[in-house]
Formats: sequence, structure tokens, C-alpha cells
Amino acid sequence: MIFEVFRRERKGQPFQHAGSIDAPDEHFADVYAREQYGRRQESVALWLVPRNALHEIDDFPDEFDLKYRRVDGYSIKTRLREARDRAGTLESAAGEA
Amino acid sequence: MSDRSDLLLAIADDELFLGWRNSEWTGIAPFLEEDVAFSSIAQNEIGHARALYELAARELDTTADELAFDRDADEYRCAPLVQLRRLEWARTIARHWLYETADEIRLAILKASDDSEIAGIASKIDREEAYHRMHAEMWVERLLATGEGRARFNDAVDELWPYALGVLDDALRPELRERVEERLGRKLPDAEPVPRGRHETELRQLWEEMTMVRRSAPTGARW
Amino acid sequence: MDTRTQEFLEYVQDGGQVETGDWMPDEYRSKLVKFIEMHANSELMGVLPERDWILRAPTLQRKLALTAKIQDEVGHAQLIYRVVADLGKPRNACLDDLVSGRAKFHNVFHYPTKTWGDVGVIAWLVDAAAIVSQKALLKCSYAPYARIMKKICWEESFHILHGRDVILALVTGTQEQFELVQEALDRWWEPLMHFHGNQIPPDEDPMFVWRIKSQANEDARQQFLDGYVPQIRELGLEIPDSALRKDEESGRWLYTEPDWEKLRAVVTGHGPASQERLDFRRLSREQVAWVEQVVLAEAA
Repeated sequence: MIFEVFRRERKGQPFQHAGSIDAPDEHFADVYAREQYGRRQESVALWLVPRNALHEIDDFPDEFDLKYRRVDGYSIKTRLREARDRAGTLESAAGEA
Repeated sequence: MSDRSDLLLAIADDELFLGWRNSEWTGIAPFLEEDVAFSSIAQNEIGHARALYELAARELDTTADELAFDRDADEYRCAPLVQLRRLEWARTIARHWLYETADEIRLAILKASDDSEIAGIASKIDREEAYHRMHAEMWVERLLATGEGRARFNDAVDELWPYALGVLDDALRPELRERVEERLGRKLPDAEPVPRGRHETELRQLWEEMTMVRRSAPTGARW
Repeated sequence: MDTRTQEFLEYVQDGGQVETGDWMPDEYRSKLVKFIEMHANSELMGVLPERDWILRAPTLQRKLALTAKIQDEVGHAQLIYRVVADLGKPRNACLDDLVSGRAKFHNVFHYPTKTWGDVGVIAWLVDAAAIVSQKALLKCSYAPYARIMKKICWEESFHILHGRDVILALVTGTQEQFELVQEALDRWWEPLMHFHGNQIPPDEDPMFVWRIKSQANEDARQQFLDGYVPQIRELGLEIPDSALRKDEESGRWLYTEPDWEKLRAVVTGHGPASQERLDFRRLSREQVAWVEQVVLAEAA
């Protein structure tokens, strides 16, 4: 069986994928993953997941411009300038910058 | 030599020789994952030996390395079980499991010792041995689960059983027998224990090899 | 070359990285397998020159460190064979090819280890040469390989320190011990100069073209020489190549051209210890074959 191994390096950190391991069953996987990913105290915890239990999603189509849902969809520079100009605050804003 | 150093050296020598024997698998274990695991176990055993030698060395006014390497082959006190060269996996696992089972019984007594240093070191060793026992049990379970594995493992246990008895003093042997028989689900034959103090020919062979580099240089050498 | 392959090539040459499930040209896959498999084989065969000395290490500390170093190498082989398996070649197929002599492993592991001095030189300088190559693989276009290389490089850094410490102890010991190191260095210098391969222009090296490697052979060797020649010389050791010097103008090391025919012979199984090592690996594999069968029978 192939197990995917995730490790937590220190308390408070997220688990991250470390690699995979071959083992005949979960008892062996327990021992072998400990050895491969923890024998130098480089991990405080491991998650072992049989590879066939993983469900991967790797398609995220973006055919019709979904940028309005992200920060890079917004360029407020020009509009802000216009608004400041209208309000007469353009000078002081430039001074602050 | 006091009874205390005598006891410390006996256990240290057991751990040293078993560690040395187990390290013979480095690079050639049945599969790579096991190679890494078994190497850690060998390293732990050497680490235990070192800690025990250090304790004895304070009393004997020497060093752990001198105790480990500079005695004559006849002076080691290890049980014959750990002297044997058994570079065959079923025998290796059988010895590993028998030794760990005996060692658990011995450590339980030492952990309750009035000597706080001995009790302390025994507790520390036992915490690592718990992992060794888990590893040994995992293999015993796996070998017993198939016809071939079972046959090989049982043969190995029968061959090593008199040696396993020799790891412990008289008084503790019945408990070892009880635990081993319970796990195997069968009776073991009455056997004459191969006692501590006996030296197998393999002891001297291993001693020659483990001390050859150290003996090769005259005084003043640095390693 | 078809358009898709051309685009792929441009992608990797531009620093793009590839994952296991991504489309890749067959040629890229086969080059990857060949390269990574040889690396795994080298880690595994690299165990053998040192393992005899596990039993002979002269102090408890050295015994522990050497065992841990060799353990790491087996662990690296395990990680790297996993990567090869995910590319389509199972570990057992790699091991079959290895023991039958069809697959290659690195030149330095075809030589005998004569003394404890060799153990120090291997741990220090062979590992140093290896880490130069391995660091360059951190940028490999095949991402799963690049990722495990991070862990491998991290572990290797302790090996070099262990090796250097062994050497420092010996050179500050007796005169005989110092000479032991000098003799070992004399033996290992040629294999070390062979280690990074002959000088071929990177554009003609398919491993570079596909960005499996990111460094030319000669650049790797220069980096090794830059790092280690001063460290060797400061100990009073003599490097057995009278032509070895750094050309101040070009900043490049000049040296006697190694015998590349000899390197070719060594890596094709004609090194001084090649057959003995392969025989040993074959025999030890046969002796434990039943274990895998028993384990897998039950797991099935």
C-alpha cells in the first residue's frame, strides 16, 4: 500500500505534505513513516492517508473572467484620483504619500 | 567490582552486542523501509549501552568507550543470546522479540530499584524499548499470519529459546516462559538455559572485528 | 518534435515545473526515470562501501554516527525509488535491473574501502561532491524529485560534518593516523575528479536540456574544487595532482585531465569492487526474498 504522509513541523503550524511511503499495512506504515519523517525530531505529528483515499481536484476553470472575486480584479487607483480631485483633497493626499 | 557495576555492565554488554548484531542488517534488511527502522533500533541499543557504561564508568574510574572496546573478549558479561550471529530474518525477529520480552521483565524490576540512578536510567530505556516492542510485535503478528512465516518463526524461537532463558536470572525465567507461551499459544519444551558468562565463539569473532580499528593504532591515537 | 513537446520543452527551460499527473513527452519521462533511478541505485549501492565499517567504528559516538549516516542513505534510496515508482517503474524492477548489471550506479561506489581513513574521506569529500550535485537538483523541472531533494540535502549536511570530524580527529592524532588520511585521499582523488562527469557543453547534455539537471558537469566540479581544495590543503594534506591550481584570471581550477575511459569502464561494471558489490547485493536480496512474499501474501 502507498500512504501519503503529511507532517507538522512545530505546534501551531499546518500539516504539509511530506511525501509518500510503501508499507504492507497501517501498522507497518506507522513505524516506517515515523522513521522516514520523524526520526530527527523534525516533526511533532504525522498524518497517514492511504493514497487511494485521497480525492484530488485539480481543475478550476475560469473561462469568463472571475477576477471580480479577487483583489487583483480591482484597480481603484484611477477612480480614487478622480474622487480626490472632485473633493479637492488631491494635494494633501499627495503630500502624505 | 561492586554488584552495582556488575549489574550495569551485564545489561550494557547485552545492549551493546545486540545493537552491534542488529546493525549488521544496515543496508541489507528485507526491504528499505525496514532497513531504516531496524537501524534506529540498533542505534537505540548502542545508546542504551553507552548510558549504562557511563554510569558504571564513574564508579570504575574509566570511560564508556574503554568499557565498550578495551576489555578483553573474555571479560564481557553479555548473555549468549546476543552473541550469536543470526543474519537470517526469522531468527533476527525471534531474537529481537525474545530479548525485548525478557528485557521488559528485567526493566520492570530495575525501575523499582532503590538506587535512583538505576531506576531513572531504566525508565528512560524502557520508554524507547516500548517502541522496540511495538516493532517486534508487528513482525511476530505478520510472520505468524502465514504458513511459511509461522514455520520459520517457530523454528527460530525453538532454536533460541534456551538462549532467551539465559538473559534472565533464575527467578525471572518462569515469567518469561509464561509470556512467550501465551503469545505463541503453545508450550515450549523444558530447556537448559544457556547462561550469562558463557562465551560463544561468535563473541570473540565479533570482538576482533569491533575492536580492530581501535587496536590498530598505538597510544596517542585520536578517533 | 511536435508542437506539444516543443511547448513542454520551452516550459521547462523557462523554469516551469511538472507534477506526476501532468502530461509529459515520453522522452522526458524516460530520461527522468533513467536519471532518478541511477540516483536511487547510487544511494543504495553507496551503503556497501561503508557498511563493513559499522562493525569496526572505533568509538561509540562514531559507531552511532556512521550507522545513522548509512541509515539516511537507505532512507534516501527509499524516497527516490518512490519517485521512480510513481513515474511508472516499480522498485522491484529497478532492483532487478540493478543486480543484473543492466542499470548503473555512481562511480565512487565501485571502489573498495580499505581503511578507516577511507571512511572519513568518503563521508567528507564524496558526500561533499554529492551535495554539490544534489543542491543543483533542487531546481529540477520534475517537482516531486525537487521536493524530496530538500529533505535529502538537509540530511546530507550532517554527513559532511561527521566526515570532516573523523578526518580532523585523525590528522591531529598520531603520524600514522595522519598518513592513513593522506593515503585515503590519494586513493580517492581520481574517483572524486570523475564524480561530476566529463566536460560536455550543457546544451548537448539531454539531462540539462530537459532541465532535469540545472548545472553543467564542469560547473559542479569547479564548485566542488572551490569549496574543498582549500579545506583539504589547510590540514597539511597533499592533493595528488601537481597541475591543480586556480587560474586567477579566469577564476577556474586547472587540473590534470582525468582518464574518462576509465570512468566509463568503472560505471559499466568494471571497477575494482563492482562485481563483488553486485554479487553481495544479489545474494542478500535472495536471502530475504521470502520475507517480502510472506508480508505481501498476508497484505493481499
